[in-house]
Amino acid sequence: MPDSVQTTRTSAPEQATGNRHFARFTAAQRTMHAVLFSTFLGLAATGLPLRFSESIWARGLAKFVGGFGAILFFHKFFAIALTIAFLVHVKDIFQRALVKREKGVFWGATSMVANWKDVKDIFAHMRWFIGLGQRPKFDRYAYWEKFDYWAVFWGMIVIGFSGYAMWFAPFFAHFLPGWALNAVLVIHSEEGLLAILFIFSIHFVNTHLRPDSFPMDMVIFTGVESEEEFKHKRPLEYQRMVAEGKLESRLAEKPQKWFVNFSRIVGFLAISVGLILLILTLTAYFG
Amino acid sequence: MLAPFATHAQTDCLSCHGDATIKDDSGHNIGVDGQKFSASIHGSLKCNDCHADIKDYPHPEHLAPVECSKCHSDEQDKLKGSVHADGKEHPCTSCHGDAHSIFPKADPRSAVYPLNVPATCGKCHGDSGEGRKHGLSSVLPNYMDSIHGFALSKEGLLVAANCQSCHGSHGILSHTNPASPTFKANIPKTCGSCHAKIDMDYEDGAHGKAIAAGKMKAPVCTDCHTAHAILQPTESAFRMQSTPICGSCHKDKLSTYRDTFHSQLGSLGGYVETARCWDCHGAHKILPASDPSSPIAPANLVVTCGRCHAGANASFVRYQPHANAHDRKLNPALYFVRLFMNLLLASTLTFFVIHTILWLVRARYDQIKKKSAEGDHHA
Repeated sequence: MPDSVQTTRTSAPEQATGNRHFARFTAAQRTMHAVLFSTFLGLAATGLPLRFSESIWARGLAKFVGGFGAILFFHKFFAIALTIAFLVHVKDIFQRALVKREKGVFWGATSMVANWKDVKDIFAHMRWFIGLGQRPKFDRYAYWEKFDYWAVFWGMIVIGFSGYAMWFAPFFAHFLPGWALNAVLVIHSEEGLLAILFIFSIHFVNTHLRPDSFPMDMVIFTGVESEEEFKHKRPLEYQRMVAEGKLESRLAEKPQKWFVNFSRIVGFLAISVGLILLILTLTAYFG
Repeated sequence: MLAPFATHAQTDCLSCHGDATIKDDSGHNIGVDGQKFSASIHGSLKCNDCHADIKDYPHPEHLAPVECSKCHSDEQDKLKGSVHADGKEHPCTSCHGDAHSIFPKADPRSAVYPLNVPATCGKCHGDSGEGRKHGLSSVLPNYMDSIHGFALSKEGLLVAANCQSCHGSHGILSHTNPASPTFKANIPKTCGSCHAKIDMDYEDGAHGKAIAAGKMKAPVCTDCHTAHAILQPTESAFRMQSTPICGSCHKDKLSTYRDTFHSQLGSLGGYVETARCWDCHGAHKILPASDPSSPIAPANLVVTCGRCHAGANASFVRYQPHANAHDRKLNPALYFVRLFMNLLLASTLTFFVIHTILWLVRARYDQIKKKSAEGDHHA
């Protein structure tokens, strides 16, 4: 817990040599990610059979979820859960920025909002991919992480709105033009498909499966990472913490073994389900 | 002097033929159950009324085949023009059963009593019947599983359609024969002989009018309900199978229907509540939207949609159940929404797939380089 990790321990020599751990995510943020991925997996598993209802596996998957009747019920159930999580998140942001007057929520190095450095990072990063330059130094949130965040943010608004418009169509019909009643299904299913394809391939690889983090980046589960990882992945933030003398305040306990193992099981389960759904999606899309 | 041989006396014949084990020289059983025979519809006849070549005793060793047509000439005439005209393959007894125990068709013991008809016809038109040798399909199992077969075999409903209700009995004609009750143009009348109200609706609808006008591509009862495996239309099995049947002619409507939520949820099996073609268009009296009495006429849409969608209102029914997202002229807004979504999906994924693959290669390359450098260092 980042609030409780404000340890008074002095940096013992052996800690300085690389055994130290630093907090990255708060318990609330990690919980948000857990709620996000479990509801998202649920929505994907109950939405895909509808999107690809003509595919060979659709009926089987619908049956597995609990039959054609249960599938809509669960889809709506997960939708409500995710909607609540989304609203809580938006409330938190405004509370942090406007009530607590926290700095760097909407701008600066610690913000999720994209800035000019992100644009430069994209090009520099890609130059590095093909051996044309140095690997750029990232700050607290790299551009692909910001993209993930905003993709989900935008996705929830778009998918959520179009979903509720279908759910309460007679009500929404009062405000929406006629063609929109048709368009909401197209929007809902295409944006949903994009989210599924993106999360289960790009996000999985970028965040978890790439060599630097393989097989899984545990920081989103444990909230802490090793000093080595911190330095390597986010050198700018690390340097800034050192320069501002705040590094010590981020010191955290190394996570408990059982919690790491538990997180691994949950994480692998989520990734496995995601990959299975990805394969089903691809077979239906190209089949 | 010997009394003249009493040719009319069954008892005389039965004195020999009453022995159930009696056989002729080629080994055929020629015994007759006298009691059963006397109870049968022909029980009052003399043996040689049918076995007409017996005049005296002892009678010839080999007798001519019995000619039922001597009395039943009407039936014989009809049979001659029918698909069963070949008397060798289809003797009267093949349907009416054992010659010495024929009962009237209203008698439950009769092979042609309504409840027994399917089994009788099914001897040839079933899975292992002779009919298959002539390239005919096995229809008995389909019929037995149908709503008619069920009513007949499980409920014992004498009014339920059995084979001969639709095909006739002696004068059965091929469905390709315009005089046959199963000829396409005649099917509405054939089914309508029981389902009178539905026939009236059908005749008033677009399909009925088309058939009446000689447009034979239009469907008749059997095109949607099938001929033998007729299901209860409210059953999910029927609701699952019939949308593609409508779609086999209305291809563009099926493909646009497939794009809707109605189809998506409905395709998952058994979900009887989602709208299929006839839930909106009606089943038998199908009319174009321009007809004010059609359920899809603009003025009726709120009621039609409202049957499933509580709270359906005038704005709600502007939804187009057959909108085509690929038709720019017909549905421009939907077309561009789809195009935008497709482009968004394609461009986002294309960029990130390339980005991720390059990244993977580079990161792995660095990792290997670093490892080998460490290896060198340790060495």
